[in-house]
Amino acid sequence: MDPTGDRWWDSGPRPRRKSSPVVRPYALVRGRTRPTGDVLDVISMVYSLRISAPDSADLEPEHLAMLRQCAEPRSVADIASTLDLPLGVVRILLADLRDRELISIHRPRPERLTDIRLLREVADGLRRL
Amino acid sequence: MGYDDSDLLRPPSRPEGHAPVAVKILIAGGFGVGKTTLVGALTEIQPLRTEEELSEPGASVDMIIGVDDKRTTTVAMDFGRITIHGGLVIYLFGMPGQERFWFMWDDLSHGTLGAVVLADVRRLSDCFPSIDYFERRDTPFIVALNCFDGARRHEEEEVRQALDLDPDVPIVRCDARERGSCRDTLVTMVEHAITLVGTRSRAPSPAGSRT
Repeated sequence: MDPTGDRWWDSGPRPRRKSSPVVRPYALVRGRTRPTGDVLDVISMVYSLRISAPDSADLEPEHLAMLRQCAEPRSVADIASTLDLPLGVVRILLADLRDRELISIHRPRPERLTDIRLLREVADGLRRL
Repeated sequence: MGYDDSDLLRPPSRPEGHAPVAVKILIAGGFGVGKTTLVGALTEIQPLRTEEELSEPGASVDMIIGVDDKRTTTVAMDFGRITIHGGLVIYLFGMPGQERFWFMWDDLSHGTLGAVVLADVRRLSDCFPSIDYFERRDTPFIVALNCFDGARRHEEEEVRQALDLDPDVPIVRCDARERGSCRDTLVTMVEHAITLVGTRSRAPSPAGSRT
């Protein structure tokens, strides 16, 4: 912290965001800093199994927004960017939904990185840009 | 669980649905070398925030930082999506270059298809950490010399020696402001990854499993 005042040393430009979050991110996850289970890869694809949860009392609006957003498969990075929440917070919230069996997670398969046909598809796709 | 089925999107027994295949390409290199420009030349940049434990001030920062609470800061990094078609999506991530953000590298680089190390010929040493990192992890990478105006035109071999690069690591020239140049750079990187799959076909995949 800046000893001469109450500004933090890095209180520079703010992240680009459309609107400020209503609550601080770590209030949203009740102070948790680690999700349950394995760490979600940033390109894991998430999709909702249900668009709402009957016992929504223990879910935050952000959980429900994720369920709606993932009616079509979305990556963890896309979800974090769209909801303008830090990646770590999103991982915790997604783990909550996974624990309640409300979403399914499609993790990247390492063997794809050695799949020549897929790699060629990527190269050809890039060439068409 | 005891939910009724009125809001069931798809049977849990067949959850795979039609999720596209997602691949990840990293753009690495030192502070201010042009990573943001490169990602932005190819796709609309979306800010992606992640957390950092608050420790000590950094001398120079190439990410936008805001304070979220007194224990952590959030840092915004560049992230872009290229949809090849409905079933295949490429994600680009700009890897923050400074030492104080190295904690993010493992998270980002896990399971990556490969990396482009962007280098400024006037400050070649800035990309040493990136090159060391990808070499150590057997991650396919190429070096792209970002051609700034007035930059001295180094010979490729001179750069290769300065960076102590293996002879099979491609070095290309890139103008990060030009979409076509950035596209060609990525294509070279993917082609290099394809070549390596052939030569490493007996070696285990460097990527581990993760959900």
